[in-house]
Amino acid sequence: MSTPVLEGWFTLGDKPQLLGSRCSVCGTYYFPKLQGYCRNPDCSSERFEEVPLSRSGKLWSFTSASYQPPEPYIASAPFQPFGIAAVELLKEKMVVLGQLATGTELASLKAGLDMELVLEPLDDGKLTWKWKQVRA
Amino acid sequence: MSTNKDIAILGVGMHPWGKWGKNFVEYGVKAARDALADSGVNWRDIQFVSGAATMRNGYPGYVAGATFAQALGWQGAQVNTSYAACASGSQALAAARSKILSGECEVALVIGADTTPKGFLKPAPGERPDDPDWVRFRLGITNPTYFALYARRRMEIYGDTQDDFALVKLKNAEHGALNPYARYRKKFTVEDVRASAMVADPLRLMDICATSDGAAALIVSSLDYAKRIGKASAPRIAAISTVTPSFASAVIEMPDLATDSAVACEPQRFRAALPRKAYEEAGIGPEDISLAEVYDLSTALELDWIEDLQLCARGDGAKLVRAGVTKLGGRLPVNTSGGLACFGEAVPAQALAQVCELAWQLRGEAGERQVTNAKVGITANQGLFGHGSSVIVKR
Ligand SMILES: [Zn+2]
Repeated sequence: MSTPVLEGWFTLGDKPQLLGSRCSVCGTYYFPKLQGYCRNPDCSSERFEEVPLSRSGKLWSFTSASYQPPEPYIASAPFQPFGIAAVELLKEKMVVLGQLATGTELASLKAGLDMELVLEPLDDGKLTWKWKQVRA
Repeated sequence: MSTNKDIAILGVGMHPWGKWGKNFVEYGVKAARDALADSGVNWRDIQFVSGAATMRNGYPGYVAGATFAQALGWQGAQVNTSYAACASGSQALAAARSKILSGECEVALVIGADTTPKGFLKPAPGERPDDPDWVRFRLGITNPTYFALYARRRMEIYGDTQDDFALVKLKNAEHGALNPYARYRKKFTVEDVRASAMVADPLRLMDICATSDGAAALIVSSLDYAKRIGKASAPRIAAISTVTPSFASAVIEMPDLATDSAVACEPQRFRAALPRKAYEEAGIGPEDISLAEVYDLSTALELDWIEDLQLCARGDGAKLVRAGVTKLGGRLPVNTSGGLACFGEAVPAQALAQVCELAWQLRGEAGERQVTNAKVGITANQGLFGHGSSVIVKR
């Protein structure tokens, strides 16, 4: 399997998960991982545990990258447009962005659809997380 | 002691927006001289220069107040420089208001000017996984991605269409065509917008604002000073809100990859919080507003702002634009200046340009763009790093 684009941001394997932090006192989740101080204004915690985040959620919104993004994005030539999704993780009560997985077409999407996390290479071959529509 | 916290706007000035390729100081001096002439105040009488800055990785971007004071001719005034992304101008205005209300000065120049760099906005080079801005670009997530996610969310939840967004563009283009300071002064049809290239579905090139060079300046003073120089009826600043977001921020914000988690705290909307504080401070409600200048980084975002300003119920923004309510001649004109659609963003000048438009409107000097009997205007903008502002100007 290819190298992750970001080391320690997600687990590998069949059922990949993003790796976040959870405050040991108030339970607030963070992605990417947080060190130091909890950002909840009513929490003075400095203790966090690394936790895998839910690998499925509800589609909040979606778009496309129809133009080639600037560096540090590494595009194939010619540039292949791709989709981007914002997915709401219900347990964590947060929205996480990611590219759309191959085969998940923009035209078939609706807010509220079930989405799951998969790993796929970016254009340069580095592995990243992407959001895939769950087929009923 | 008076509890009135208003200050007067004695004069306003702008340099036309465009891509002029000159030093930002040149634009700023032109705007400042226009504002001085408009106010009738002599430059030597200005006691405080409050400059809005932008981040340009080195001199002279960081230096605003002193740079303009020197360019206008050192005369001993105190200076200040404010950086707050898109809200830099409002932050500089708030600094001037504090000085005036505390009695430390009576009359001040507030100024912002920018020369935007060529090409796409992109992060500094190098492998920097600790920098969220670097990470999102590495994954192909650009600024239009965020605008498009908000726009698509509107379509999904409220049933807005791409043609609704195009109507915002048409309206602002019609307004901007009447504004000599606007960069783009061409009118468009829905077909023109439909034919422009898709950038980030559902937004096309014509839905997204450009970046520009430009400058705006205000001369502001205490009400006493205004009265003494015969300008008792000058428009007044009734509120300047520069609040930060409240945790847990539930709307995905540039350049983040995730929102706050609302497990321990209630979800919050930053954009809605900005005018809320302004209304509270001014003792003025949305029902009193005659016109609004909002930060239309995209056409769809203007509709979000109209709702955040409580000018209609959540989700009804598109109905207003369809009915012509937000157009000149409508009940509640929005972006009579032409907005960012016609200006393009000149970050440190933009929030002040919004106030300039309100001042002209409230003085009845907006020419062909004049809103009949304009009494109260509100601005709103939001930028990076939790910065944003909303200013209320009244007669
Ligand atoms: Zn905590």
